[in-house]
Amino acid sequence: MRFNVLEHQLVPEHRLVAEEEADRVLKALKITRDQLPKIRKSDPVIQVLEKIEGPIEEGRIIRVTRVSGTAGVSEAYRLVIGR
Amino acid sequence: MMSSMRGVTKRIQSIKFALLSPDEIRRMSATKIITADTYDDDGFPIDMGLMDSHLGVIEPGLRCKTCGGKVDDCPGHFGHIDLAMPVIHVGYVKDIKKLLQATCRKCGRLLLTRQQAQEYMAEMEQVEELGGDVTEVGYVTKETAREAQKRQRCPHCGEEQGKVTLDKPTTFREDGHKLTPKEVRERLERIPNEDLRVLGMNPEVARPEWMVLTALLVPPVTVRPSITLESGDRSEDDLTHKLVDVLRINQRLRENRDAGAPQLIVEDLWELLQYHVTTYFDNQTSGIPPARHRSGRPLKTLVQRLKGKEGRFRSNLSGKRVNFSARTVISPDPILSINEVGVPVEAARELTVPVHVQAYNSEIVKQWVKRGPAPLGPLGEYAPGVNYVIRPDGRRIRVTDKNAEVVAEAVEIGYTVERQLVDGDIVLFNRQPSLHRMSMMAHEVRVMPHKTFRFNLAVCPPYNADFDGDEMNLHVLQSEEARAEARVLMRVQEHILSPRFGGPVIGGIHDHITGSFLLTYKESKFTREEVTFILSKIDIRDLPAPDVKKGGKEFWSGKALFSAILPKDLSMTFKSSIAPKGDIGLKELKEEDSLVVIKDGVVLSGTIDENGVGAFKGKILDKLARDYGPDAARVFIDKGTKMAIGAIMIRGFTTGIDDEDIPEEAKKQISDSLRTAIEKVEGLVDSYKRGELEQMPGRSLEETLEVEAMKILGRARDLAGQIAGKHLGIENSAVIMARSGARGSMLNLSQMAGSIGQQAVRGERLSRGYWNRTLPHFKKGDLGAEAKGFVKSSYKSGLHPTEYFFHAMGGREGLVDTAVRTSRSGYMQRRLINALEDLKVKEDGTVRNTADTIIQFKFGEDGVDPSRSVQGRAVDIDDILQEVLGEEPSWKERLREQEMASYGLTEKDMYVEISEEEVEVEEEEPPSEE
Repeated sequence: MRFNVLEHQLVPEHRLVAEEEADRVLKALKITRDQLPKIRKSDPVIQVLEKIEGPIEEGRIIRVTRVSGTAGVSEAYRLVIGR
Repeated sequence: MMSSMRGVTKRIQSIKFALLSPDEIRRMSATKIITADTYDDDGFPIDMGLMDSHLGVIEPGLRCKTCGGKVDDCPGHFGHIDLAMPVIHVGYVKDIKKLLQATCRKCGRLLLTRQQAQEYMAEMEQVEELGGDVTEVGYVTKETAREAQKRQRCPHCGEEQGKVTLDKPTTFREDGHKLTPKEVRERLERIPNEDLRVLGMNPEVARPEWMVLTALLVPPVTVRPSITLESGDRSEDDLTHKLVDVLRINQRLRENRDAGAPQLIVEDLWELLQYHVTTYFDNQTSGIPPARHRSGRPLKTLVQRLKGKEGRFRSNLSGKRVNFSARTVISPDPILSINEVGVPVEAARELTVPVHVQAYNSEIVKQWVKRGPAPLGPLGEYAPGVNYVIRPDGRRIRVTDKNAEVVAEAVEIGYTVERQLVDGDIVLFNRQPSLHRMSMMAHEVRVMPHKTFRFNLAVCPPYNADFDGDEMNLHVLQSEEARAEARVLMRVQEHILSPRFGGPVIGGIHDHITGSFLLTYKESKFTREEVTFILSKIDIRDLPAPDVKKGGKEFWSGKALFSAILPKDLSMTFKSSIAPKGDIGLKELKEEDSLVVIKDGVVLSGTIDENGVGAFKGKILDKLARDYGPDAARVFIDKGTKMAIGAIMIRGFTTGIDDEDIPEEAKKQISDSLRTAIEKVEGLVDSYKRGELEQMPGRSLEETLEVEAMKILGRARDLAGQIAGKHLGIENSAVIMARSGARGSMLNLSQMAGSIGQQAVRGERLSRGYWNRTLPHFKKGDLGAEAKGFVKSSYKSGLHPTEYFFHAMGGREGLVDTAVRTSRSGYMQRRLINALEDLKVKEDGTVRNTADTIIQFKFGEDGVDPSRSVQGRAVDIDDILQEVLGEEPSWKERLREQEMASYGLTEKDMYVEISEEEVEVEEEEPPSEE
């Protein structure tokens, strides 16, 4: 990998959500996994996260924490999908 | 019926596209078509002709020979034409080309080794398994084909491959030799099924040879009905005409071929058949002339029926025509409430509301029906009648003066009666282009004489309407649910605050602002007669106590009058728009009477102008709508309009060319200052020519000169404006309008009275035209002010010929980019709306699409609705603190807060026009209406 995209100014913080916590998050949002926005396994961010966390299977959830102009800090979630 | 439909939602899981095989075409065909004739001498369809009665019926009374149905029962049936020779289907030439290039010319196998093919197959399956959609699978097959095309020699039989090219639109060549459709078809036939799967085709439903037609499907007559003209002549549909051509050539081709005619003739006819079949599908195929009608009009064939704005999709499926709607010219009426719309009697008589007859209303409804379709009240005024009575079995009875009594007797519970509009009915009112939700709002009807729709001027900004001939549409709601929903969600008063920036989009414009200014500026005072005149327009019966007594006469201050329409507990502080620009002290503000202080509903100081009551900027409107609710805001705007109109009528208000009169002395001053500026530019040019000009960092010498010259000339114009402005006081009508924000700007005024200034194209001084000069009036290479588009004259004094030409050059650029901008932003808007149309904010604050997947976890990331927030925050803490503690922040604090919060909005921001950064010289604009 040539450079770590997470260190780029414009890329918000991405974190892998632990499985137990993922279930809590889904419950809180009252949704199923397939209703989450998706992120590809081939996404540069996932590649970086895999370096840190080890292999990430499809179906795992990523938390994106970004600085927001309106809300200060906002959290979003992504479902990891293949390719 | 309605209730059984409710709750049944279905989701399309997949759509399969396939090719029709010749077998299938013949199987679904009701009859074979062999003759190009349509009707015989008696006007009956000829058997096996294009209008064969097996294909369906279009004439009432006749029966379909296939299904036996009558006109409305029979959907129509397909027929077919057996083509003498195969022809290529234009819609598939790209796919045919791909297949020919990717497969072997001899054995028909895919030009990949078995292993490669398997790899691609595996990749495709993987994508499918992971839920990849059609486009993603498409990428893999495209890659497969590209790889296969690279190979020169067949890996299976070793055959050297030729180069297949496509001669648009339908001719294939291999190494320059023409391939006939027949040869193409034979090649496609040779491709084995398993190789097709690798290329992403399903051979069960889409064999590639079916892309070369041997049989042509003929659409039912219901798709191409013939029209009988008044003269009794029949006029056939374009599609029928085209099919006639196909049949004729097909017949000739067959005869010639069977008679053993020379190869050349057969080939010519074959190509002609190809042409006709091609244009039958798409008459705008590039590379061939479109088939034309006898009159020279190009025929509208299959693709033309579907494509574009007038095509089936955009015109008939996405857009529909409706009943119970009206359209007419609009005109203003300041007496109407912003919630109302004036509807002409003629329109009100045609537009109806369905009323269901129940026990409680059967008597009154009978009365309505009895009055007939055009009743008048006791004073000869409009009264609602009934146009139709609908029986429970669905039959409609037209009510006329003659049958009104009889029909009224028959009306009973279970009937529906279509009643004409009455005052207070709720309708939707709309002006195109409908760019935001405020383009369609609900109004209450006021039936009025004359023939235009009328509404309050404060509602012009959201519709972007003016009265130079604009027309608007009106729709009458037909169900109780729709009316309730419109009243709660769509009424004008619910849209005073815009969801785009949280400020008011409904508010005073033009004379409304001028009127408020005249009413409240400084010590404006009014006599008893004047006050009664103004207050008579609004619902105030008792005169307030007079403010001033002078020489035994009583006077009322305008500020006190204006306070009469404010809520009794309103307190706020803000700057008027007449306030001098920049950071200024309290003294200057007070001097100009431009610090508005309202305490407990009384205007203590300040002028009410655009910053108080104007659309987009009105601070009072904003606060009222937010803190006192839409009802209070509506009442304020209604009364404010009437009061402002009253005030302006007392003084009288006009502007003319003499508003820009300035003394001779000032004119001389201006021309002197302009001359010095021009000389300065000349000095610059000289030093540039001598090479003494100091270069600016990052700029070339030429650029430096241009920048400096622009700076000097820009300043010169501003100076001229200032000199002129000194002689134009606040008592000047034009100045009142510009300063109060009613219309025009000080720049417009200085261009009228002072100097127009530098003209520019693309932000640069004019330079194009002749070789090294703009016009032959100047020397080549002249870089001076006048030679490059500086206009010394003012609009009032008139322009010199060269100046006039330069001004036209600058003006043209403005016209061109408004035209370009509107078309481009329209297209962008269309695409945005198509992408976002199914998104919805759900009860939990998430934004989701119709599949219920989340698009945004919280609306706007903070879940705050701008039109219900204070400067983007859910609550205004300062305001609450002030209210609770009773502490007043200093005026300066209050103002600073507002400055931070105001987004610098202008009327221009409203519309899609993207306001570009205006370069100093560019902002010149003639003071005329658009």
